[in-house]
Amino acid sequence: MSLTRSDPDTGNAELQFRIDVADENRGFQETIFQWFRRLLISDYFILILTIVGYLFAAQWYERLSNPVNFLNQLSNMWPLFAVAIGQTFVLIVAGIDLSQGSIMALTSVIGAMIMSSELNPAMFDKLPLWGILIDESGGILANSTWAMPVAVVAMLMTGILIGLLNGVLITRFKITPFMVTLVSMIFFSFFALWLTQSRNISGLPDSFVRLGDEGQIISIYVGEKIDPEIRRRDIPTLITNATLIAVGLSLVAGFLLNNTAFGKRMFAIGTNIRAAAISGVPTDRVVIAVYMFSGFCAAVASILYTARLEIGRPTLGEGSLLLDIIGACVIGGTSLFGGKGSVKGTFFGVAFFVLLLNVLNAASLSPFVIDAVKGSVILGAALLDITRTRLLNTERAS
Amino acid sequence: MTIIFQTDKLTKSFYGITAVNEVSIEVKKGEISGLIGQNGAGKSTLMNLIGGVVHPDEGQMRFHDSAYAPRNPSDAYNAGIAFIHQELNLFTNLSIAENIFVDNFPTRGFGPFQFIDRKKLNDNVRDILQQVGLDIDPKTTVEEISPGERQLVEIAKALYLDAELIIFDEPTTSLTARETGRLFEIMKQLRDEGKAIIFISHILKDVIALADTVAVMRDGVLMAQEAVENFDINRMINLMVGRQLEQLYPPKTTQPTEIPLLTVKDISAKGIVKDINFMLHRGEVLGLFGLMGSGRTELARIIYGLDDYDRGNIVIGEKHSRKHSARDSIKNGVAFVTENRREEGLLMSINIADNIALVRLPRFTNTPLQIVDGKRLSGAAQRAASVLQLKSGDINTQTAKALSGGNQQKVVIAKWLLSEPRVFLMDEPTRGIDVGAKYEIYAIIDQLAASGSGVLVISSELEELIGICDRILVMNQGEIVGEFLPDEFSEDLILRAAFREHEQVGAPA
Repeated sequence: MSLTRSDPDTGNAELQFRIDVADENRGFQETIFQWFRRLLISDYFILILTIVGYLFAAQWYERLSNPVNFLNQLSNMWPLFAVAIGQTFVLIVAGIDLSQGSIMALTSVIGAMIMSSELNPAMFDKLPLWGILIDESGGILANSTWAMPVAVVAMLMTGILIGLLNGVLITRFKITPFMVTLVSMIFFSFFALWLTQSRNISGLPDSFVRLGDEGQIISIYVGEKIDPEIRRRDIPTLITNATLIAVGLSLVAGFLLNNTAFGKRMFAIGTNIRAAAISGVPTDRVVIAVYMFSGFCAAVASILYTARLEIGRPTLGEGSLLLDIIGACVIGGTSLFGGKGSVKGTFFGVAFFVLLLNVLNAASLSPFVIDAVKGSVILGAALLDITRTRLLNTERAS
Repeated sequence: MTIIFQTDKLTKSFYGITAVNEVSIEVKKGEISGLIGQNGAGKSTLMNLIGGVVHPDEGQMRFHDSAYAPRNPSDAYNAGIAFIHQELNLFTNLSIAENIFVDNFPTRGFGPFQFIDRKKLNDNVRDILQQVGLDIDPKTTVEEISPGERQLVEIAKALYLDAELIIFDEPTTSLTARETGRLFEIMKQLRDEGKAIIFISHILKDVIALADTVAVMRDGVLMAQEAVENFDINRMINLMVGRQLEQLYPPKTTQPTEIPLLTVKDISAKGIVKDINFMLHRGEVLGLFGLMGSGRTELARIIYGLDDYDRGNIVIGEKHSRKHSARDSIKNGVAFVTENRREEGLLMSINIADNIALVRLPRFTNTPLQIVDGKRLSGAAQRAASVLQLKSGDINTQTAKALSGGNQQKVVIAKWLLSEPRVFLMDEPTRGIDVGAKYEIYAIIDQLAASGSGVLVISSELEELIGICDRILVMNQGEIVGEFLPDEFSEDLILRAAFREHEQVGAPA
């Protein structure tokens, strides 16, 4: 018996499922193989892997099956998702943005310096801007109703401007993206440390803090009603302002990527920049805009982190954050060689990363082991990508 | 004489197109077998099968009375089959001796301490070079010797490997007349020594002069393999093209006008092109011929605005432009079909519709957000594709990579059709595509001219330029050295101009 089915993804390519009547066992194996193949090629493979893996791990570690834990993990995802969207854009045009972490640190510090309502002179009077922009009564807009919106705009503008600088250096002076963003990373991280003399800046207004996890919109309670009153802190939040901001950003980004000339040009540049330039694609302008968008996304992530931590932190974005960002993109199917990637994939990659970390923490592994596992997972993702590409190609050729 | 090599119903297809179809040829010891056919007739694929570069779908090969199935090129070399390519495979930074012995240096020493025995190396090589009549110090680096001498080094290498079957793939393309004569003498000498030789050439009179038997291929099929006495040039051509020569090119449906679309005045770029002057008129198909490295592609890139130039003027329509970019050119109605489809023409892993729409993307968007109207885009791409009779699956899902060479080229042309250009620059528009598709591309070029565009066609196939052009310019070393009108079209004269064997055959415009 032979059953032919048209594959919706590739249109003309056809997959054949053959069941050999004479040798049923072999036919069965073949069906399983074909099924596995389809799963591997599917866009949702990472999501399925994440869910199956998490449920599997939850059998061992009870903590994982607690809905409160799961909802906490969800809220961990949003800032990482926001910054990873920007990295996805950069990777699609065959670039890389190493400066995202430093943009987060600098914007966090700048925002806090504008908004802070109290600064202890004993701690802060050595800061280079003491007496100019900040003093014992806080930042320049301390206690003003304008503090929050002005700070947010300043943070976003800072991110966009650093992105502009990256983009201009890359396109006008033909320096490789790796080099340019490495230099920005070093320069702006130290700039943020210098501005604050490596101190955290507290005293952020409530209106700003509400942009993070405090801004609860929908909360749910899962479990038995034991006490007559359920305490507020037992109710985990499902949707916060951070959720809305990150999801909103992802919708805009997905729309840009899939439905606008800008998005099509990004893919053209990432696939073959020479062919794109000859076809009249304004390659420099598109690449600069992409780095600006990346800076913007980093600033959004910085707002979410800063609001959540309730401090302006000059070391925000340090450590393994860059690894997490790029790792999430790659696991989500974005190619480091450009021309391939999606916002949806990056979301799955972020979910995979955050939940993986959760599982590793639940297993009480040492931080060293955790980073080693993360590294191996990225390697695994790269291998997976090669396998998928090969499978897709053989399918197209047949 | 004994048959040393034969193929039996050898078949090979790529992407559903049969490149070599049940070909059975035989090559005898002590004979030169000529192999002729158009570009895309399947000669290269047949040679790649023999050389182990690609593997047959069906059929067998026999060499020395035993089955021969090379898995890779080194299998072929080890079996005793050598290739002399038109693009030579020598390391120009190494000496002649080092090139010949590159994978097997004579050594001396003891135990694991082996050193190259330079003296033995150079002595051995001197002997081999003598056999091919090359009297040069083996220590000379290859970059110092001429193309003809390099060819002889390749042959020396084949002799050193003790090859029994030597395949010459268009060996005379970059040689002077004197070097060609010398090469032919050596080929005859090798034949007389009992080697079997396959000689692939586009120059039919050379084949008649040199070969003992002639095999003709067309569209992947072996049309004939007979003794050379049975052939004259006419029969060869008829077998190669499968129709009378006139029908190889579509009839011209239009005449050029006197209205200039593109005027190039005194364009110079140091070391690249010098004092280039010409005009392209409305309705004209202008050919630009030159050997590799003559500056033809570089000139097209300068006109299109990809590369800079030192002085001169480019006027497109009425517009003078000193410094212009590719985007300016597109705005001014210039299209550039590049030489390399893969590297510069197509987005291989992206679908056909998006490839076609790329140049005029803004046309399918709603301002100000530039949201792409997918239906309008794919509709316009589909129309352009059907005008050019593109053979493909669903253009919205099939990638450019999955198309045959001819259809890929149609996608590149379709992309430009959408921008309705007046000046077409086409660099090798029929390279690597099959005969049928070539005819279609020629017909498209004619239609473009008929609809009022000017087309500049750059090609290294002189025959095709003679077939489709209203005028041919010839370049050599960055200069235009000749201009020919249809009543002066002669392969011989144009080639001589391209080699500068006769200084200034026609006066440049």
